[in-house]
Amino acid sequence: MLTATRLNYAIGKHCLLRDVSFQIQPGELLAILGANGAGKSTLINILSGEKKPSSGKVRLFDKELGDYLPHELARKRTILQQHNSVQLGFSVEEVLLMGRYPHFKHRPSKIDLVAVEEAMEICGVEHLAERSYPSLSGGEQQRVQYARILCQVWDQPESLLLMDEPVAALDPQYQQQTMAIAKAFSQRGFMVVAVLHEINLAAQYADRILMLKGGRKWLDGTPTEILTPAHIYSIFNTDVDVILNKQTLKPIVIPKQVNLAISSFNSLLPSIATCEKEVVT
Amino acid sequence: MKKLAIYSVLICSLFLVIFSSLTFGAMHIPFNEVVSILGKFFGAHYANVNTTYEGIIYIIRLPRLLLGLLVGAALGISGAAIQGIFRNPLAEPGLIGISAGASLMAVIVISFELSLLAGLSNLLGYYLLAFGAFVGAGIVAFLVYNISRTDGRANVATMLLAGIAINAFAGALTGLITYLADEQQLRTITFWMLGSLGGATWQTVWSVMPFIVIPLTILPLLGKSLNAFSLGETQANILGLRPNRVKTQVVILATLAVGASVAVSGIIGFVGLLVPHIIRLTGGVDHRFVLPASALMGALTLTLADVLARNLAAPIELPIGVITALLGSPVFLYILIREKRKLFN
Repeated sequence: MLTATRLNYAIGKHCLLRDVSFQIQPGELLAILGANGAGKSTLINILSGEKKPSSGKVRLFDKELGDYLPHELARKRTILQQHNSVQLGFSVEEVLLMGRYPHFKHRPSKIDLVAVEEAMEICGVEHLAERSYPSLSGGEQQRVQYARILCQVWDQPESLLLMDEPVAALDPQYQQQTMAIAKAFSQRGFMVVAVLHEINLAAQYADRILMLKGGRKWLDGTPTEILTPAHIYSIFNTDVDVILNKQTLKPIVIPKQVNLAISSFNSLLPSIATCEKEVVT
Repeated sequence: MKKLAIYSVLICSLFLVIFSSLTFGAMHIPFNEVVSILGKFFGAHYANVNTTYEGIIYIIRLPRLLLGLLVGAALGISGAAIQGIFRNPLAEPGLIGISAGASLMAVIVISFELSLLAGLSNLLGYYLLAFGAFVGAGIVAFLVYNISRTDGRANVATMLLAGIAINAFAGALTGLITYLADEQQLRTITFWMLGSLGGATWQTVWSVMPFIVIPLTILPLLGKSLNAFSLGETQANILGLRPNRVKTQVVILATLAVGASVAVSGIIGFVGLLVPHIIRLTGGVDHRFVLPASALMGALTLTLADVLARNLAAPIELPIGVITALLGSPVFLYILIREKRKLFN
């Protein structure tokens, strides 16, 4: 169980997070939504322990994040970040094995090797195993990184799986696959927290949605409760229709088309035609 | 499997080079004599050993060989380790000024030692020299790392430019001290600039032994941490390492080895660049393999370079730094051209 209590985060006078509190139970998939600059990445980096909150506490199971030894925490939580770079030409398999580093000292055990193999298979990257990581495409690299962080907590049910915009560089097929894997992990007992931009992915897969606005927790509830036209307008300033998917009983959000009057593009600059006339005369 | 093959090739060639190093030189010593002298050295009883040959091997060639092995291993492994920390294959102790920092401190220690600490015993003097070189190397390493780091990773262009600046600065100060030095100091200082194993005695071997053997044993254990480091400091942290501690450990151990090498053999360039590069090209980039293999190949390369330096223009001895630079600078250019697109985008 993860409990965040009154989290605040400020850089100088800029308050990026104010008084955010919530809880996650094992088996839950929580999506964090919010407009740009709402504090989503800050929040997830605080949950991972990468950033220290200015005030407030994050409790993971029976201890606060700061009280864990680094290698102890490494077995209980992992995070998929937006930007990952590997400078040297490691093979995909070697990159995945790095995910198991918290679990062995010098030589990987049988368990570690099996975890690598299974994670490669689940993420559909086993055909890339021998390839050099820098030679992969952006989407392939993203899937390899996903497989690596899954490796890290593969055999540790109830751990915390954090994802910062996991589907940003992916095709629709892999967007669905990534979320489906996350969902399956939550059903195995993991606590999954994902920052998402795609509202409909959150509607499809999340058990709960946390909406942030201006660094505050604005809304917290099930997709059906949260995803109403009024709520979405209050967060994203966008008019939408929400319909119900009759097969899954999950909401589907459809943004309305925005029309701009062509007269609003009138410019004070002289038109090209007039310019040319002046050059001639 | 491939890695095992590389290890065996390296070890076999190392033995070949060791024997040729003892055999060839200004005076050729027959191979069977070398074997019996070595046998005697290790305690076997050989009555009919040529005492001239024995003297040459025991007093001149053996310490020189051991020093070459130690310094080569030190340069190879510290090059690989520093490249791991900078996450860049061009970070070579010589290029980024670490060796220059070490030699500057060594020169300062010499000029002070000769005037102020003349009373110090020889071994203590050598330790002081090695320690001074280590301090110089360490200061430069931390300086260059912090100058060249942007967004948690080393910026190549800045790193190389910082190296140029530090090389120029250390060069200027070394030049100034050279200008003020007397003739005896001058000879010692010139020796630093070119790099040579010519000063090898049993005493120099014993004095650098601890400074090189300690990094050689501990650095390979940090291979896993350096691998995780190539994912970036944030991910290394997520994987439960303490990035700052790893960084400090590696920089201290690597500069200890470089400093000690510079203190006894001057600046021998490009070994730290050439060796890890070839190792990575043939056996992959996993630091758990690259670090020990670079140490082996460094020892091999430097000993081979020394055999060439002594025999190419015999009886005149070429400076060993010239040989390694001749071998290494084309490789440097090659890496630069190959990675051009990646580096400056």
